[in-house]
Amino acid sequence: MLIMPEVIISVHEIYKSYGKVHALEGVSFTVPKGTVLGLLGPNGAGKTTLVNILTTLLKPDKGIAMIGGINIAKNPSAVRERIGLAGQFAAVDENLTGKENLELIGALYHVPRKLVKERVQKLLEEFSLTDAANRQVKTYSGGMRRRLDIASSLIGQAEILLLDEPTTGLDPHSRIELWEVIKNLVKNGTTVLLTTQYLEEADRLADNIVIIDKGKIVAQGTAQELKKNIGGGVLEIHAHEKHNLPNIAAAVRDFNPQIDPILEIVSIPVTEGVKILPDIIRKIDEAGIKISDIELRKPTLDEVFLTLTKR
Amino acid sequence: MNLQTVLQPKLYWLVSDTLAMTWRSLIRYVRLPQLLVFSTIQPVLFLLLFVYVFGGAIQTPGNNYINFLVPGILVQIVIFGSVQTGVGLAEDLSKGMIDRFRSLPMARSAVLTGRTIADLVRNIFVMILMIVVALIIGFRPQGSFLDILAAMGIIALFGFAFSWISASIGLATRNSETAQVAGFIWIFPLVFASSIFVPIDTMPDWLQAFANISPITVTVNTVRALILDQPLGDNLWQTFVWIFGILIDFFLLAVWRYKVLK
Repeated sequence: MLIMPEVIISVHEIYKSYGKVHALEGVSFTVPKGTVLGLLGPNGAGKTTLVNILTTLLKPDKGIAMIGGINIAKNPSAVRERIGLAGQFAAVDENLTGKENLELIGALYHVPRKLVKERVQKLLEEFSLTDAANRQVKTYSGGMRRRLDIASSLIGQAEILLLDEPTTGLDPHSRIELWEVIKNLVKNGTTVLLTTQYLEEADRLADNIVIIDKGKIVAQGTAQELKKNIGGGVLEIHAHEKHNLPNIAAAVRDFNPQIDPILEIVSIPVTEGVKILPDIIRKIDEAGIKISDIELRKPTLDEVFLTLTKR
Repeated sequence: MNLQTVLQPKLYWLVSDTLAMTWRSLIRYVRLPQLLVFSTIQPVLFLLLFVYVFGGAIQTPGNNYINFLVPGILVQIVIFGSVQTGVGLAEDLSKGMIDRFRSLPMARSAVLTGRTIADLVRNIFVMILMIVVALIIGFRPQGSFLDILAAMGIIALFGFAFSWISASIGLATRNSETAQVAGFIWIFPLVFASSIFVPIDTMPDWLQAFANISPITVTVNTVRALILDQPLGDNLWQTFVWIFGILIDFFLLAVWRYKVLK
């Protein structure tokens, strides 16, 4: 028997315009309970508009959005009790301590005072902020602010967490830390919708990815499915000496090589990553040509978009 | 007895949310006492400047200048102080705090009332401090204790009404620097073309006509009469008409602006 997972967020044919700018043009998708949806897209794609609609900050012009079975347009206050939002900027009060920030948001979620105290302790620990709990937030690093921001959105024990570009502006270390935090939340049953500009981030965290551009969905699926569609990337062979470029191309002629005389490379499109790498190296070796470097370049988000919008 | 058992749940949460937001706005003064010091230094400087520099040259028949000035300066303080309401809201807007608050199941009005009440509390504090300084340099109120208390209440209420004007400006500008400039620019002419610093009968006729109907003049005349035990005339009821007119109009405007944000 097939067990259908419970859908906790469903977005159906959402339209939103600001004057002549069409921010969203008929966006539809669903998110099963306890999974992560990555909303991937460049600046201005409509990601934040969608998050703002789902968090009741904005009303769509057309379309229906449901969260936990509740129609957002009909009962926004019931939705607010079930969601947590961490917006594009860490919304924390610099003059309060970390602990006071959590207590304030807890009070505003109408959590009983005793429970707030317990949850604050727990969240501070989970987000490695216990040592900084009684320090004013203005002394916090960017990563700490982000963690506090997300902890605040969890104090009401929201089932659904909406994170708008949670790692933008963070250093690599803080970014990886935050990924771990989000993974743990999902392990404990929280549903997460996060927007990002980074393919890698969506790849690491999201069960399903929706790629959005200019207000429209251009692709959706799991990371694996999308990668297969987009292709694996490009293998770049750097010649030791420029005049060797044609020789390299001849040696690997079976793999559709292209010569780029400006960058002094021979590039080969690859679909399955490193699988053909040994073959290529062997061919070059057999031809006795010296090369200075060989690298596999994964597709960038730009290339993903170019590929997806060309079709 | 517990407040939660007495009030309706909705009303209870409205009070609870408003208190939480008021506390949040006030705590910055505890954390940054210099903020309070600096917001007090400016009015104190105004007081000293006018008493010792201009005071000798200004004729105030029936009162010595410091007694004439202090009731006016107190009104000026709360008007200038009200600009901070809009600045604070604009800052919350630009930093994403308001988005967070709007996504919470809290009473929406608490974001605005919390801020305005906090500024009311701060205004009262600064007012008391100013009166102490004024007493030290020779201010001598004539009215009864109750009259003076009533005058302070009216000034505080006047500042509270102005906070709602400021809130409307802050929500419209969405940027703390712009809110600061936009908040002060229209206040300056209004404050100086009034009976705060000088008796208005030395002004040219056209300016007198303007100053006479200004809510600031009306309010200053009321509190001056109360503090110096002089006849109130028509000023008292006019003051209340202005205060409640401003309060209701700009409360509605600010709430509407908050609702249609973005």
